[in-house]
Amino acid sequence: MRLLRFLAERRAELALLVGQHVLLVLVSAAIAVAVGVPVGIALARRPRLARPVLALANLAQTIPSLALFGFLIPVPFIGGIGVRTAIVALVLYALLPILRNTCTGIQQVDPAVLEAATGMGMTGGQRLRLVELPLALPVILAGVRVATVVSVGTATIAAAIGAGGLGTYVFRGLATVDTRLILAGAIPAAALALIADGLLGAVQRSARPGRAAAILAAVTVAAAGVALLARAPGASRAVVVGSKNFTEQVVLGEILAARLEALGFAVDRRLDLGGTSLCHAAVRQGQIDLYVEYSGTALTDILKRPATSDPAVVLRTVRDAYAAMGLRVGSPLGFNNTFALVMRRTDAEAKSVRRISDLAPHAATLRVGLFGEFLERPDGMPGLLRAYGFRFALPPREMDLGLLYQALAEGKVDLVVGSATDGLIAALDLVVLEDDRHYFPPYDAVPVMNEESLRRHPGMLEAVESLAGRLDEKAMRRMNYAVDGEHRRPADVAREFLASAGLLSR
Amino acid sequence: MGLGRPAVTAAVELVDVRKRFPAGAVALDGVSLAVPEGRVLVLLGTSGSGKTTALKTINRLVEPDSGEVIVLGRPLLAWDPIELRRRTGYVIQEAGLIPHFTVERNVALVPELLGWPEARRAARARELLALVGLDAARFAPLRPAQLSGGERQRVGIARALAADPPLMLMDEPFGALDPLTRRRLQEEFRGLQSRLGKTVVLVTHDVSEAFRLGDEVAVMDRGRLLQRGAPGQIRESPQPGFVADFIAAALP
Repeated sequence: MRLLRFLAERRAELALLVGQHVLLVLVSAAIAVAVGVPVGIALARRPRLARPVLALANLAQTIPSLALFGFLIPVPFIGGIGVRTAIVALVLYALLPILRNTCTGIQQVDPAVLEAATGMGMTGGQRLRLVELPLALPVILAGVRVATVVSVGTATIAAAIGAGGLGTYVFRGLATVDTRLILAGAIPAAALALIADGLLGAVQRSARPGRAAAILAAVTVAAAGVALLARAPGASRAVVVGSKNFTEQVVLGEILAARLEALGFAVDRRLDLGGTSLCHAAVRQGQIDLYVEYSGTALTDILKRPATSDPAVVLRTVRDAYAAMGLRVGSPLGFNNTFALVMRRTDAEAKSVRRISDLAPHAATLRVGLFGEFLERPDGMPGLLRAYGFRFALPPREMDLGLLYQALAEGKVDLVVGSATDGLIAALDLVVLEDDRHYFPPYDAVPVMNEESLRRHPGMLEAVESLAGRLDEKAMRRMNYAVDGEHRRPADVAREFLASAGLLSR
Repeated sequence: MGLGRPAVTAAVELVDVRKRFPAGAVALDGVSLAVPEGRVLVLLGTSGSGKTTALKTINRLVEPDSGEVIVLGRPLLAWDPIELRRRTGYVIQEAGLIPHFTVERNVALVPELLGWPEARRAARARELLALVGLDAARFAPLRPAQLSGGERQRVGIARALAADPPLMLMDEPFGALDPLTRRRLQEEFRGLQSRLGKTVVLVTHDVSEAFRLGDEVAVMDRGRLLQRGAPGQIRESPQPGFVADFIAAALP
């Protein structure tokens, strides 16, 4: 019931997300059919070619979707951030079942029937239209059905590159440990998948599948066309604000966006993008104009330089290296979001653990939860263990950032790697262990801006710089908790902060 | 075998036709024959003898490597293959009916391709179904899968006759039928032929069928035409060697 009320409250936004989701699926399915069916027919005529092409399509399907989005960002014309890239990826995934089924469907038409058709004097086109396609249609439709249902699921990932859709709720829900949000995205997505499956199943079973498929295709193309036209007046002159896919980043994105709007800029929000490298690639390509990065992350993760502990040195190094890439690093916003090892307060007190070095005697039994990135980062787990000279006996459990604290609070793990400003630390009665050997480099929050964007949007730099030094750890943690703990909207939290700091007006 | 030019006009003529398939097998090794208008020529041979390949050169389903094929007075290459096929009735084993078409649409397929108006097509389909002994009202709306083998073969023949072609090509038309049905259809075919007077080239491996249906029989083996003549002539004096063995093995 609470979920229903929640959905009712957000019905306008929900309708928008469902619309975006349906559009992503329709457009990509239509393109996949338009490409896959003719190519499938051509492959059926050239079996020698069919094998390598199908192998290639198969390969495309094995690429994890986030990785595929990552590959696509720097590709000209089809890449970047947003709907277009998402559609390209969805088409790549949908292509295989359609190609394979078209090819198989055409090939399995009885050769005797084909010979008779030719012998009766059918032209190649008549044979295809009157004999091969109708006989292959059930198999082709089965392929389209699989492709479409899979697309409904995969389209949720599209939110990671700013293409919108129901994945927006899923990702935001995961980031804020808000089950209602996750369900608000997942349930409609599942319903869409069932509807698509049912509709295409009905076409397959109908007495005249050819006519039914034609009607459905016409409706699809018309709907996609209308929706695309409705979208067309895009905010191309707007400043595009990006963020990574966790609460603090979304709040920071909303703060930047609201501040820019207060100063009269039109703003396009591309929040919840799937991770550091995605955001970095996007700002370098100019797909987004700015986002907030952390100095330590930029140093070790992007520039691949060794970690150092002096914040001023880190900032200077990053600023110089970024300038060479056409990126401007603004002044720090005022808080340091360093990594934090976090435990349940009761557990930490029982084990007398206050500092990271206190963990050594318990390293054999502690169950550690972390997000996958931390295992790979130069300032991540391997260096941490070297610096403190112990190893965890149990392999760490990898999970999404948003699930870590929940797992810790529920006792599924005993220690998680989070960040110092996470709002749930106070809310769930957790403690941050002191980094007594100063292993973690500083992670000062700094706006990263594309130089080209600064030229295109005069006054943008001043607007962003007006936030310099205005945000301390306490304020950030409080805002994070307002979203994670109190389930408030990041946009509202950001506006409240700006209002209280006197930054909502010129 | 000293095949001279026949006195009457030939509806179909093959002159020294050769065909080798990409795999390397020689399918036709210099075949020459002529079919007079209104007569039935049966190509008789074992599988792999080249008889089906020879048949398919006549409607250009197979392109010969060399030699000349003349159909209805025109060299093969002067024909548009589509037009040629629409003027040639074609019947194959198991009928090759189009499974998602009704019987009526199958029968009226060539008229449909020729652009006949719907009413004329329907009337023609019913006429032909009656001609091959099927109750038009009952069979017209059925799909091929709902028919027996014999019924399917009758529909196949009706389809080949639909646009009243002067020339019929039949590839093992009764091959997939049980002996009783086969015998009955053969009888009906003879009756039909005596009324319609089509030029027919029929391929079979069944010696008694060849003797029963052919005005002339041509025996083929390994891409060559070994002997040709009226059924009685071949039965009485088969060429020694393959032809004699083949006939003797089939007719006790």
